[in-house]
Amino acid sequence: MSQRFHVSTSPHVLSKDTTHSLMLDVILALLPATVFGVYRFGWYAGVLVIVSIATCVAAEYIWEKAMKKPLTLNDYSAVLTGLLLGLNLPVSVPIWLPIIGGAFAIIVVKQLYGGLGQNFMNPALAARCFLLLAFAGLMNDFSVDGVSSATPLAALKAGESANLLDMFFGLTPGVIGETSAALLLAGGLFLLVRKVISWEIPVIYIGTVAVFVLLFGGHGADFYYVACEICGGGLMLGAFFMATDYVTSPITFKGRVVYAVLIGVLTGVFRVFGNMAEGVSFAIIIGNILVPLIEKATLPKAFGREGK
Amino acid sequence: MSTGTGTFQGGVHPYDGKDLTKDTPCLAVLPKGEVVFPMAQQHLGAPSRPVVAVGDKVLVGQRIGEASGFISAHICSSVSGTVKAIEPRLTPSSAMVESVVIENDGQYTPAPGVGEKRDYTQMSKEEIREAIKNAGVVGMGGAGFPTHVKLTPKDDNAIEYIIANCAECEPYLTSDYRMMLEEPDRLVGGLKVIVSLFPNARGLIAIEDNKPEAIALLQEKVKGEEKLEVRVLKTKYPQGSERQIIYACTGRKINSSMLPADAGCIVDNCDTVIAVYRAVCESTPLMRRVVTVTGDAVNKPRNLIVKTGTLYSELLEYVDGFKCQPEKVLSGGPMMGVAQTSLDVPVTKISSALLCMEKDPVAQCESTHYIRCGRCVAACPSRLVPQKMYECSTRGDLEGFQKLNGMECFECGACTYVCPAKLRLTQAFKQSRQAVQAARRKAQAEAQAARAKAEAEEKAKAEAASKPAAEAEKKEGGEKA
Repeated sequence: MSQRFHVSTSPHVLSKDTTHSLMLDVILALLPATVFGVYRFGWYAGVLVIVSIATCVAAEYIWEKAMKKPLTLNDYSAVLTGLLLGLNLPVSVPIWLPIIGGAFAIIVVKQLYGGLGQNFMNPALAARCFLLLAFAGLMNDFSVDGVSSATPLAALKAGESANLLDMFFGLTPGVIGETSAALLLAGGLFLLVRKVISWEIPVIYIGTVAVFVLLFGGHGADFYYVACEICGGGLMLGAFFMATDYVTSPITFKGRVVYAVLIGVLTGVFRVFGNMAEGVSFAIIIGNILVPLIEKATLPKAFGREGK
Repeated sequence: MSTGTGTFQGGVHPYDGKDLTKDTPCLAVLPKGEVVFPMAQQHLGAPSRPVVAVGDKVLVGQRIGEASGFISAHICSSVSGTVKAIEPRLTPSSAMVESVVIENDGQYTPAPGVGEKRDYTQMSKEEIREAIKNAGVVGMGGAGFPTHVKLTPKDDNAIEYIIANCAECEPYLTSDYRMMLEEPDRLVGGLKVIVSLFPNARGLIAIEDNKPEAIALLQEKVKGEEKLEVRVLKTKYPQGSERQIIYACTGRKINSSMLPADAGCIVDNCDTVIAVYRAVCESTPLMRRVVTVTGDAVNKPRNLIVKTGTLYSELLEYVDGFKCQPEKVLSGGPMMGVAQTSLDVPVTKISSALLCMEKDPVAQCESTHYIRCGRCVAACPSRLVPQKMYECSTRGDLEGFQKLNGMECFECGACTYVCPAKLRLTQAFKQSRQAVQAARRKAQAEAQAARAKAEAEEKAKAEAASKPAAEAEKKEGGEKA
């Protein structure tokens, strides 16, 4: 018998999940909200999202080619970054904005720090924050077809009322992907069921925001108000799809709990005490920056070495 | 009382493949050609020393290799015949090892006394331990720790639990399961023998809950046995790991620097307990092994009762050969088994399975950079942080690796199994652990050498100092005289 067998160290079986299958799952989970955003805000919203994705993919390709690094497009992480960035733009922005944002996300936030797994801030969110600061006027213009309007949380903050049902189903102004709490929730549940994400971050994050606005929101035990705060301002998008970003959230269970509470409190502070109606992006970015410290403080004790 | 929860934190659920073989009774097979007995790599500790010479006639059960240290084990022939050679041969652990090769005469003439029935209640503890030692019984769960050493702790009174490890958490393996169904009396009998050595011990038969038939049968068998009970554990890999099964059964935790006895426990694998029964009550040395021959590349997967020393290649005939050319062949299960380069290696005391895989899943996976998903952290039964350990391993930072308690890793492979980036975590840890162990041994040797040198110097100094004194004394004495 002349046979050649493969030889490698154990284990010899591996789970089906791969980096790209997980990324694809997240992209899939975002599709309902994306399609709804395009339906709501018109074809130009779709163009913005596609340009954003194309920019991210191109930026990753060009950078890796230029730096003679292995190409990593097939892990779909650049696609996901582009999609998230696109969904975080208002529909009124010019076409060059996602190009600047996408290039910033991939090259400055991701590749300069070493690429996938090395960046310490979520690239899409960091790019959004960059755009918010650099192009504040464009990024805060939620007008549709020239009719200007305020986001529901901005309206709430200004003392006006908001329609919770509209917010839940997504009939309110806002960035392309954040308006429909219902579809984002559905996508988030899909990720939870598929075990792509674990429950700690979204549940504790949203819970913390709810408790915070209940205590400090100045509306007393007004649950309608609390529900509006939860459904609006990109909290659903942030909690299920951005705070859970693997690379920029803690890898330990305890760390995730601490991180979720922290960004929940920060979101509450920004919304209640700050002059921001939303605050999700900045809260998560600050949370991202603290992840290494949180991880250091929450390393699990090895089995049988708890006493030391 | 014990407070075990029947489970532990972490663990994974790979496809278990046990349906392929679990309902087919074992088939006892005899070797055809030469039979090979490696003197090492079938028990932990010092290699055995051959006590036969080329040309010697040997009988079934006759000792051919003698333990050569405190942690070592005897090796007995499983056939009768003539010693053909004593030479290095390839073993399932992929090493060339000094082996006694016997030409089988096909007679199976037993050595005197082998097979004699004995009543363990009439034997002293020393006699029981001696019988186990003479039979060459070692841990058959995979590590091969000599059983007589395990059963000789510092203080017999401190042992509270004897755990018969019948978890069989490794996928595809059903040899222990078949033994539970086919030889339950020997299993219970062996556990009674071991429990009889320890005045304060209870015997626990720990089985995963995916084996309800075995649980029911053994529950029936231990009825009326005051000191024995069946413990049902959650099905999860690596439930059968020593530290995890002790925790699942008793709620006690040990780490890598402790022995089970430190937690009042002794853990013996299912087939080891049966081997103890055979050794003590049937005067039969350990010279047979149940091997699960399975995988999608063989025609009729099943369990075979094999004489140790039989070559793996001979086993294929009893499963109707290969269905297709396997890409990978393992000795053992898919999580901790060893990939084989050749099938011309002998079944040893610690062989549990021959797993023939049509496709090698490892070769089909491409690794990406880690994405810090944290699945390895959730899966690790030792509560380690594999992602951070991997960072240390890949940059050769052994100090950082140890700080992260990397030496607590027992290479179960759970992290590598769940990793979506398909990183060879376990492989990296294996290398780091070996490097740390080598460095520790080196440091120890150096310290010893330094101590010896210092002692020698001191002695020389003392001598030099005492010489003039002695001379002076002599002189003085001489003067006085």
